Amino acid sequence: MTDLRKVNIDGAELEVPGDYTLMQACEQAGAEIPRFCYHERLSVAGNCRMCLVEWVGAPKPQASCALQIKDLRPNRDGSCANILTNSPTVKKAREGVMEFLLINHPLDCPICDQGGECDLQDQAMGYGRVGSRFDMNKRAVDDKYMGPLVATVMTRCIQCTRCVRFITEVAGVSEIGLASRGEDAEITTYLEKSLTSEMSGNIIDLCPVGALTSKPYAFNARPWELEPTESIDVMDAVGSNIRIDSRGGRVLRIVPVINDDINEEWISDKTRFVWDGLGRQRLDRPYVRKNGQLVPVSWDEALAVVAGKLGGDPESIAAIAGDLACTESMKALNDLMDGLGVKSIDCRQDGAPLGETVVGGGRQEYLMNTTIAGIEQADALLIVGSNVRHEAPLVNARIRKTWIHKDLEIGMVGVPYDLTYDYGHLGETAAELETLLKSTKGFARKLKSAKNPMILIGQGALARKDGAKILRLCGKVADKFGMVREGWNGWNVLHTAAARVAGLDMGFVPGKGGRDLAGILAGAKDGSVKTIYNLGADEIAEDLFGEAFVIYQGSHGDRGAHRADVILPGAAYTEKDALWVNTEGRVQMGFAAVPPKGDAKTDWKIIRALSELCKRTLPYDDIEALRKKLFADHPTFAGLNYAPGANMGAEGAADFAPAKLGAAGKPLKAPLKSGVGDFYFTNPVARASRVMAQCSQECGGNASLSEVRT
Amino acid sequence: MVELLRDKDRIFTNLYGLQDWRLEAARKRGAWLGTNEILQQGRDWIIDNMKASGLRGRGGAGFPTGLKWSFMPKEVTNRPHYLVVNADESEPGTCKDREMLRHDPHLLIEGALVASFAMQANACYVYLRGEYVQERNRLQAAIDEAYAAGLVGKNACGSGFDFDIYMHHGAGAYICGEETALLESLEGKKGQPRLKPPFPANAGLYGCPTTVNNVESIAVGPTILRRGAAWFKSFGRDNNAGTKVFCISGHVNAPCNVEEALSIPMTTLIEEYAGGVRGGWDNLKCVIPGGSSVPLLPREICDDVLMDFDALSAVKSGMGTAGMIVMDKSTDVVAAIARLSYFYKHESCGQCTPCREGTGWMWRVMERMVTGEAEMREIDMLLDVSKQIEGHTICALGDAAAWPIQGLIRHFRPEIEERINNYRANKPVFVSQVAAE
Repeated sequence: MTDLRKVNIDGAELEVPGDYTLMQACEQAGAEIPRFCYHERLSVAGNCRMCLVEWVGAPKPQASCALQIKDLRPNRDGSCANILTNSPTVKKAREGVMEFLLINHPLDCPICDQGGECDLQDQAMGYGRVGSRFDMNKRAVDDKYMGPLVATVMTRCIQCTRCVRFITEVAGVSEIGLASRGEDAEITTYLEKSLTSEMSGNIIDLCPVGALTSKPYAFNARPWELEPTESIDVMDAVGSNIRIDSRGGRVLRIVPVINDDINEEWISDKTRFVWDGLGRQRLDRPYVRKNGQLVPVSWDEALAVVAGKLGGDPESIAAIAGDLACTESMKALNDLMDGLGVKSIDCRQDGAPLGETVVGGGRQEYLMNTTIAGIEQADALLIVGSNVRHEAPLVNARIRKTWIHKDLEIGMVGVPYDLTYDYGHLGETAAELETLLKSTKGFARKLKSAKNPMILIGQGALARKDGAKILRLCGKVADKFGMVREGWNGWNVLHTAAARVAGLDMGFVPGKGGRDLAGILAGAKDGSVKTIYNLGADEIAEDLFGEAFVIYQGSHGDRGAHRADVILPGAAYTEKDALWVNTEGRVQMGFAAVPPKGDAKTDWKIIRALSELCKRTLPYDDIEALRKKLFADHPTFAGLNYAPGANMGAEGAADFAPAKLGAAGKPLKAPLKSGVGDFYFTNPVARASRVMAQCSQECGGNASLSEVRT
Repeated sequence: MVELLRDKDRIFTNLYGLQDWRLEAARKRGAWLGTNEILQQGRDWIIDNMKASGLRGRGGAGFPTGLKWSFMPKEVTNRPHYLVVNADESEPGTCKDREMLRHDPHLLIEGALVASFAMQANACYVYLRGEYVQERNRLQAAIDEAYAAGLVGKNACGSGFDFDIYMHHGAGAYICGEETALLESLEGKKGQPRLKPPFPANAGLYGCPTTVNNVESIAVGPTILRRGAAWFKSFGRDNNAGTKVFCISGHVNAPCNVEEALSIPMTTLIEEYAGGVRGGWDNLKCVIPGGSSVPLLPREICDDVLMDFDALSAVKSGMGTAGMIVMDKSTDVVAAIARLSYFYKHESCGQCTPCREGTGWMWRVMERMVTGEAEMREIDMLLDVSKQIEGHTICALGDAAAWPIQGLIRHFRPEIEERINNYRANKPVFVSQVAAE
């Protein structure tokens, strides 16, 4: 039922929806419209005046980014309005604007990091005059301090205000503004203070000139020297699509790739700037602990030691998979442990009781079923024990977007955090969920009357002793308020670990009679678990492993490696082809941008080699064969880029009974806290990054960033 | 000899403050007379009569007021309607609203009630220029009086119509006189013009239907309705109806504000009311006829031009706010326009490119033109730059910055050339200490 209107663009008539802007219509007609301030995901400013087109009969040229087709009057004779994008008037207008933009621009392209990917450069070549007629002194502007991530050269700024609009609208912190007026107008942070947004890096991409550039990447490379590899981010469980730019085996920067279902056009600062951690603290050769010291050894020696240990009693062996383990390595380890008869395996290094109670619906229990894009369809949201802003910044951005543009009612149970939008705080403890179940007023009434209510459960609410009880309570809430029904599934578990959903999907959980994480650690303490295979689990305190022999396989020398008795150096996420499953249950394929460091190997190959020494040779020699087996054993992995809850299909929601999840019982009195303490330090790669350390420091550890509301 | 406006036909009968401004005195002069009867005639009657009177907006652009009112939605839906009175009178050379606010505030309040009633706006905001402190006190006192007398507020004038009027004091930015920048400022934001469409009648103050009118346009309303559209239309030429307050300043013997019929010859205005040009008419160099933003007119044109919208635009200038700046032959006209360029450079909001970058460029070139330190080709370049700004900006400030320079080059180009030649020849260039005294 779109309202189609006719418009004549450059002599060709076409029909477009009335709410299209002139710019969209022109693009549909194949005409290219230059622009600086316009960005399709931000509000329209119309201030650069670069997109002027001629509307035949109008006294002046029109800004095509702001004028809607439905606002065009037809000509006197009734024919549709004529728009020209290449007339002499338009050419003159563009040349004029371009000249004005350049008179105070320093033209220091040779020393500017934006060079080669600069809108101003490109458009000056395409639409500018040959020379400038301005021969007076140029304006200079003081550089502003925006923190450790964003470098500023404000003299280059063309005041398009994209950064202001992003920080205000999307990031939700009003920390950049246009101060002063006229030619003294400056983009500034007012207080020379670090930006407190966890999405601030996006303004670097948004800046059409070299005013805002990446501080860590400064003067590192020119864009044409870089090799791009599109891949998947693992800093959180969102699975943002990224492009890894590398040169000569080093990752030099990470930028977002557009995916409207997941990250739109943004990525978090951790995703963007973690790359310097890929070059520090790396495990680049195998080690074996001899006389209390980790000593570099050959692969053969290390694998022989490990194979010897794995030959013991399967009851005394356990395996734990960490947050950054790829699907392939978990599959290989899972298969190896199966072969050895080991049942004590667990991928939940935080101990959340998910993937255990198999009730109708199966994986719906632990997925974000509404999907990230589906949040926009919701009209009521209950957040339980999560600081969404730090656990999944892009999910938070999506909630904020929905909160701004639609009437999304938000309630929160747990410790209150500054989430960049307003919510009703129901209380800090799980008891509030019980109250909510009995209530008919306040937020309960809003949930009841909502058409598409949803619940978002953070890992902080589940990864505790009473997690199963809280899970049951959440399930009851979902049940009572009709959050799960045919055609809508509002049951959402927000994961923070990129590996978690894949682990749960393939059943990397204790087999019958096997120990879970708590059991394994208890066994390590009392000596009944003698060998632990640690696949990149770095969030477990070193002393919890007791006297057990720990085999650590991973990429960084972090907590796990410190406690290890054998270290098998693996590849980081930028160094391997791998499947990743995000919190929505969406399987995505990542690609290696650079080779593993030193002697390190791709993770699944290490386990494959080990299996041979253990006389349990895994039946795959290449990644295709491994994936083939994976798809055969667990068909969900074969559906690439597909989220089960997508398109409001809410597959199988009718059979899913959330009220039966978890366990009955009274939850503890302790407040529900987010599982993420310091946003910048959540995994070994981030902890190895100097930039992340600076960010953390600028924000006073975690304190000011996740500022508790008063 | 042109017939002058008779006292009985003046709307602003206390323009000079010779009488008291308070409610009682205002009533004696005819304000608040039969306001309820006017309201009882209904909205359509009011708007039709305003249209018939031929009143064109007195704030500068000259858009027909009745027509503007008729653009408001017919029915109030979930969004309230607003009337906003633009009292941010900042145009150099203009000081008419100031006198009305000082001496006849009740005409404005009554007009606001009538206009708001016609547009079903239950609230009216008067946005007052930051520098108008005394006027602010006066207007607020008048509003308080009107509330006390039951003329505004609940059941205003006994009409059954609820009407609130609020005064908002600006902070002294010229750009806040632009209607959408004014709305932004009123909302508490930085005063930067908005993109149009949507026009305020559709989405104005707080996104609700809004009409923004100049003080004078609103204040003349009740009198027009009392005396009839035909009476108002009897003054001035076709399409330029009514009386208007002119502000005459500069090199005249008696600078003044005066209400006169439109289409009065400029000579009559200056000679009859302002005591003539200093040193006689022959000493006239040029006149900026409508506030600083319109192109100046040299003496030859001033001799017989009529002061109305069409006549002035026919000579490539404009009626603007009718703030006439008269300059005699002692004026360094290049320096005078350079000073205006500085004003526009200083007052540009910095939002859109051509105005932000262009006004500074033009001012710097103008400064060099004053001393002759310029190239001959720069005159054409300056003209071209001004055309690159004109019509390419979000609001009209870009045009306002460009026009004075265009007027200068159109009429006084030889003077600029002479300076450049003199400078090159090491001769003294004509530089007086001040642009205009």
